[in-house]
Order: sequence, then C-alpha cells, then structure tokens
Amino acid sequence: MTRQTLLRMENIHKSFGPLIVSAGVDLTIEEGEIHALLGENGAGKSVLMSILCGILSPNSGQIVYKGRPLALKSPREAMQQRIGMVHQHFMLVPNLTVAENYVLGQGWPLRVIRDMAQVHARIRELSARYGLDVRPDAVIEDLSVGEQQRVEILKALYHGVDLLILDEPTAVLTPQETGRLLDLMRGLVRDGKTVIFISHKLDEVMRASDRISVMRDCRVVHTTRVEDTSPRELARLMVGREVLMDLPRTPAVPGPVALDVEGLSCNNDLGLPALRNVSLQVRKGEIVGIAGVSGNGQTELALALAGLLPVASGRVRLAGDDITGASPASINARSFAHIPEDRHKMGILLPMSLAENAILHGFGRPPFARRGMLSRDAIATHARHLIRRFRVKTPDEAEPIGNLSGGNQQKLVVARELARNPDFILVSQLTRGIDIGAIEFILQEMLSQRDAGRAILLISTELEELFAICDRILVMFHGEILGELPPDRSRIEELGLMMAGQRPVSDPLRRDPAPAGLSAPA
Amino acid sequence: MQDILTLGFLATLLATAWRLATPLIFASIGEVISERAGILNIGIEGTMLMGAFCGFAATFASGSLMLGLLAGIAAGVASGLLFALLTVTVKANQIVVGAAINLLGLGLTSFLFRTYYVSTGRGVEIAPPIDIPWLSDLPFFGEALFRQNLIVYSTVIVTILAALLLYRTSFGLTLRAVGDHPKAVDVAGRSVAAYRYAAVLMGSGLAGLGGAFLTLGHSNQFVEGMTSGRGFIALAVVVFARWSPVGAFFVSILFGLFYALQLQLQAQPLLNISYQVFQALPYLMTIIAVCLVGGKSAEPRRLGVPYGER
Repeated sequence: MTRQTLLRMENIHKSFGPLIVSAGVDLTIEEGEIHALLGENGAGKSVLMSILCGILSPNSGQIVYKGRPLALKSPREAMQQRIGMVHQHFMLVPNLTVAENYVLGQGWPLRVIRDMAQVHARIRELSARYGLDVRPDAVIEDLSVGEQQRVEILKALYHGVDLLILDEPTAVLTPQETGRLLDLMRGLVRDGKTVIFISHKLDEVMRASDRISVMRDCRVVHTTRVEDTSPRELARLMVGREVLMDLPRTPAVPGPVALDVEGLSCNNDLGLPALRNVSLQVRKGEIVGIAGVSGNGQTELALALAGLLPVASGRVRLAGDDITGASPASINARSFAHIPEDRHKMGILLPMSLAENAILHGFGRPPFARRGMLSRDAIATHARHLIRRFRVKTPDEAEPIGNLSGGNQQKLVVARELARNPDFILVSQLTRGIDIGAIEFILQEMLSQRDAGRAILLISTELEELFAICDRILVMFHGEILGELPPDRSRIEELGLMMAGQRPVSDPLRRDPAPAGLSAPA
Repeated sequence: MQDILTLGFLATLLATAWRLATPLIFASIGEVISERAGILNIGIEGTMLMGAFCGFAATFASGSLMLGLLAGIAAGVASGLLFALLTVTVKANQIVVGAAINLLGLGLTSFLFRTYYVSTGRGVEIAPPIDIPWLSDLPFFGEALFRQNLIVYSTVIVTILAALLLYRTSFGLTLRAVGDHPKAVDVAGRSVAAYRYAAVLMGSGLAGLGGAFLTLGHSNQFVEGMTSGRGFIALAVVVFARWSPVGAFFVSILFGLFYALQLQLQAQPLLNISYQVFQALPYLMTIIAVCLVGGKSAEPRRLGVPYGER
C-alpha cells in the first residue's frame, strides 16, 4: 500500500548562537499514518516539531506540506494550515473553562462573546464522537493531568486539524490511560487524520505507530516501518550502540534491617492525606524499589523519611533508632544519604561551582572549614577526587554546575552522597532526564553499593530502572503500598494494573476491587 | 452618642464613604486590569499624584473641569507608558520600576507645584454635586447618597464597564489568560506584549483619573503627596477583592467607610481617644485585611513575571 506524502521536511537547520538544535533533518510523513518520532531527551524531537507548528523558524531548509512549500511565522498560521500540536506542557489557561480555552485568541479582539452555547454544543458533539469525555464548562485547574490532555487533543480537533502532533503524550499517564490514548490515535487515523507521536518509550512506539523515525544528535538517523524493526534495533539507533539494560548482577544477600517503616501516615502540603499506613523494610545489601505513577505519595514518602514532611502517625527506625519527626540535620548526620527527586530544587545549587556543591553536607566542619573559614585546598581536592572517581565531564571543579549536562550533575550528586559512606541510601528518580551512558554508570554504581552491604530504597516512575537493579518492587497507589512483585519483566502487565490501583489477586490484604474507571479499558 | 446611631448619620457616613472611596475605586479597578494581565504595578501611588497634579493644572489654566479630568487620565497613561516600556519591552523588574515611578510622581509633582502654583494660593472650582431625579428624593439615603458629583457617579459605570470588558469580551478573556498562562496566548496567535501594554495603559489611566478626582472633585487644591498612600491601599484592595472589578468597587467602599468613620469620629468629642488613632484606621485595616485574606488562590499565576518571547 502506498500512501501520499503529506509533509516533507528537507535539510532543516536550526541553532541558537553556538548551540545547534537541528542539524540537517530530513523527515517524510505520509497521509493517514501514525508516525513515531523516537529519541532521547535532547535529541531534537521537540525542536523539530516546534518548527513544524510555527513556534520556531528554521535557519535553513525547506518544508513541503500538501505539495506546497510551507513557511510558518506563527502558531496561528500553523493552525490555519490545519496543523495542530499538543504540547508536553499543556497550553491551557488554568483559570478558564474548557470552552473559554478553545475560543481564546479567536476572532476580532473587541468582539463580545455571545455564542458560548454553540461552542459548548460543538465541544459536546466532538467529545462524544471521539469518546473523550470532555465537559465544556469544566475549569482547567480542577481537571487531572489525563483529563487536561484529552482537553488539549479535543482543542486541536475543535480548530480542525489534518496533522496532529503529540509531544511526549504518555509521560504523564498510567499504562491503562496510555492504552486509551493509543486507541484514540487509531480512531483519529481512521477519521482521515495524520498523527506524529513523539516518545522515548520503545514499547509504546512499537505498539502504536505505522512508521518510526529515530532521532539522535539533532538528526533523523533512520526511518522504518514498524514491522521491519525491533525494540533492540531502535534502542541501538537511539543511543548509537547496544543498550546494556541487563546489568550483570548477583543475587542479593540481605542482612539486618536498616530502615524500618511502620504504619507511616502523612499529609501533603495542602493538608490532604498523602501516605496511608505505609509499612516497609529495607535490609542491608538489598535494593527495594517503589513503583507507581507519579503523584501517588512517592514524593511525600521520600520527604517524610528525610525529615522534610511532618509525620502524622507511624514510626520510622534507622538501624534500630527511632528517627520519626527528627530534624533533617540530625537524620543527615546518621549516615543517611538522600539523592532527591528534583536535583535542581533540592540536590544542587545551579550557579555555584562543582566544588561548592560537593561540600553541601559538611561546609561548616573540618576538613572543609576551620575556625569559620573555608579551606579552599581541602574543598578542591575533595571535588577533584569525586570528579575523577565518577568520571564527571567538566573543565574543572570551579565550573558552575549549571553548565554541565543533567547526567554529569546527577553523577556529582551521587558521588557526594556516596562519599559520606552511608548505611542507608534514599534515591528518588535516579536517572530522570539524563543520558543512557550516565544511566548505566549510575545504576552500576548503585549495584556495587548494594554488594558492599548498603541498604537502598529507590523510588522511581521508570520501570526499566526498577527492573534493572531492584531486588524487590513495591507498588504505591493513592498513598498505600498495594503489594510486592519480584523484578521480573514478564509480570509488567500485573505491575501496570497495580499501578492503576488494582490489588494483586494473591494479596491477602485484598479488600475491594479496583475503583471503577481505573480498571483496564474494555 | 445617640448621634452616631441615627439614620441620618449612617446616610452621611455612607455618602462620605462613597466619595472618599472614589479614587480607590478607579485605582484599584485599574490595578485589577493590570494584574489580571500579569503586571504588578506598584507605581499607582505616583501615577495618581501625576493625575492629581495635571488635572489641577489643566483646570487651573482652562477653567474647564472636563479638560482637567482628561489631563489627569492623560498623565496616568503617560506614566503607564513609561512603566510598560520598562517592564514589558525592556523586561525590567516590576517592583523596582514601580518604586521609581512612585518617587518620580512625588518628586516631579512637588517640584512643578512649587515652581508654578504655590505662590498663587488659589484653588479651582470642584465638580458640583448633581441630584439624580427621583433617587435623590428617597428619604434619608436619597439626599445623602444621590447628591454627589459626576465623578463619584461614574465609578459605577467604570465598574460595570470593567467587568463587562474582562468577562464578556474576547479581549478580556485573552487578558485574563495573559496573566495566567501567557505562553498559551502566544501560541494562540496573540501578542502577549500588546495585551500587557493595553492593560497597563488602561490601569494607569484609571489611576490618573483617581488622582484627578482628588483635586477636581474632593479638595480644590493640589497638595504635595496628597494621595497619602491611597495607591498602596488600592493594591491591598485588589488582593482583598480577589482580582475582580466588582469586588474592588465594594472593597473600596469598605475602605472609604474607614476614612469616613475616621473623619466622623474625630468630630465626636465624646470618645476620649486622640484623633491620630482614627487617622490610622484605614491603614490599619489595610494591614489586617491583607493578613486575613492572603488570597493566593485567585492570584494570576504569572503575576510580576516578565514574558520571554520565544
């Protein structure tokens, strides 16, 4: 079956000063296909799509759309050409209703809005046609992320699109919601639309698309039909070499309990219950993983353990000592290392140097300070040691850490925490936003820490990361631990269902079936 | 004591409150428009002073009240243009620029007033009260409330127009979106900068009108620093009113009531409290109101944040 070419991008170049973000991209999209654009963070996918929908204009190269050259100067012109984009960060105004968001920027500015009833009717009609369940009078800030995404997709359909671009649409969804989205994409294609779908998740891309283009280093390196490729080949293309996600490891030899959490409950910063009666143990010499869709209490669990969130009830013991409600400083002093979820907010100070960031735990004490004065030499020596040991790529230790890549920043955070010889290591989102090379290095480092007899709790939304190094995986949902699974890839379906709130069948704690609406789609 | 509780006293109090609230109503509704677009203009105190001075000067020279009011608005718009140029185009810090406008307003008007008018000692003729037929014949309240000057009456019209503009027009919808999620407006094909300019100019124009009321509808003279913090109180009114024009109208009246009460209580010898306490009343209430409300939830999410185009 040959399809007509809808869009051809030829030799697209784009740079911001010395920073090249698109280095001669060629891409062809056929009419009526789902075309996946696959690549690592920073491979240039989003930039390319921003060019296609008029947010950025290329320095050189040409775009042919529906047989005619296309030079877009604004997103508005893209809309007129029936090109729509659902951004990763939604373009929805939180304090307006769905319908108000749809008419935003439409028509003559001084127009008095009188035809809202028609807009509402049109939204209901479209929503019913695609099974999107969007209410026109709902205010955006009251909607869940999944609902907002449906609102965004319907917005594009409302304005009328032939080509719909979805930028990392599954990053915020549960496996079940993802399934629903992929079905919707199929429905759109049946309706004569063309879909470009950006992702860095291999399994989804294999499941959902007709053709796949892999991007690396700001270029399209390969385009293929889905039936002619395999996840392994795609992964190799993405990183330029084989992915070694199956890290060599020996079975764990768990020792005595290092962290003992008993019936822990907490409220989040809005005063709503975030953790409900959480109990878990981490032994020396094992890595315990916490899986779950973000926002199910994982952040609060990490904060509570680190002493950053008040505990409503329950006990936390570290090596037998009760640390419930202790201050972060005293917890830190007890050989408790913390690699936080958001390194920019909690792990490092971006404008400060590597050396300064490397002593955040001990800048007031010898050897880094004497009589209230910093010891420059000791600090520099310490930083140089960490940089060498963890192969941090940086000109020198005086470089502001904000100038390094995410992977190298994270390496320094890991190096700093491990240098304290902790007995217990709390890790959140260990590999978020960093490149594959650094991921492997850091995961390997975690395994050797485990083998050296340390207790590690790894909280992550990346299943690959959990499968790669954990010895046990606990699943969190709505602030509860729903159950435990071995790190076995063959049970990923079960894990997905638990992440969506379904209790495991074999779980003796099972009380009630999963809430309606969260179970798998029919 | 009985005096305080009569209907006549209450009617007078309310009438005075409305009159004293008038500059606050203009300034706070202007600030609502500006803040809804994400621009925190703390320079309205200085802008009001410029409006007060220019209004006075124009009427003094021409004898025309209308011309004075227009000059007040024009002075506000000019001050707003400077503010928008620095905060929207140059993307300077809004607080710093606002503070500079306040200093400029105070310094410039004092300088010009001393140079040209202080020796004349003459005032202008202020806007005369106008009876509204039928309404002013209502017992007690009618006579007090509906015998105001035109500027006071116009606060109601301005409030209604501002509410219609914000909630019933495409322009208002976009304006509210600019304060909450400017990128969405940009992607929808509207210029964030243009809307912010429009919002600041409207807001400052209203602040200028509020200032002009002080010299043309309230006292008949310009006095250095005569706004005495009303611009800052207007900022508190906006928070208390949760960024709504109609709310700003009623909250301003409430603050006007404190001003009025302050005046009336000073005139009551029976309360043995020094008059300074009463004078402090509106300012005290401002602090209490802001502490009580907080009001983060209604605040435009991008308030005070410059928008980086692309």
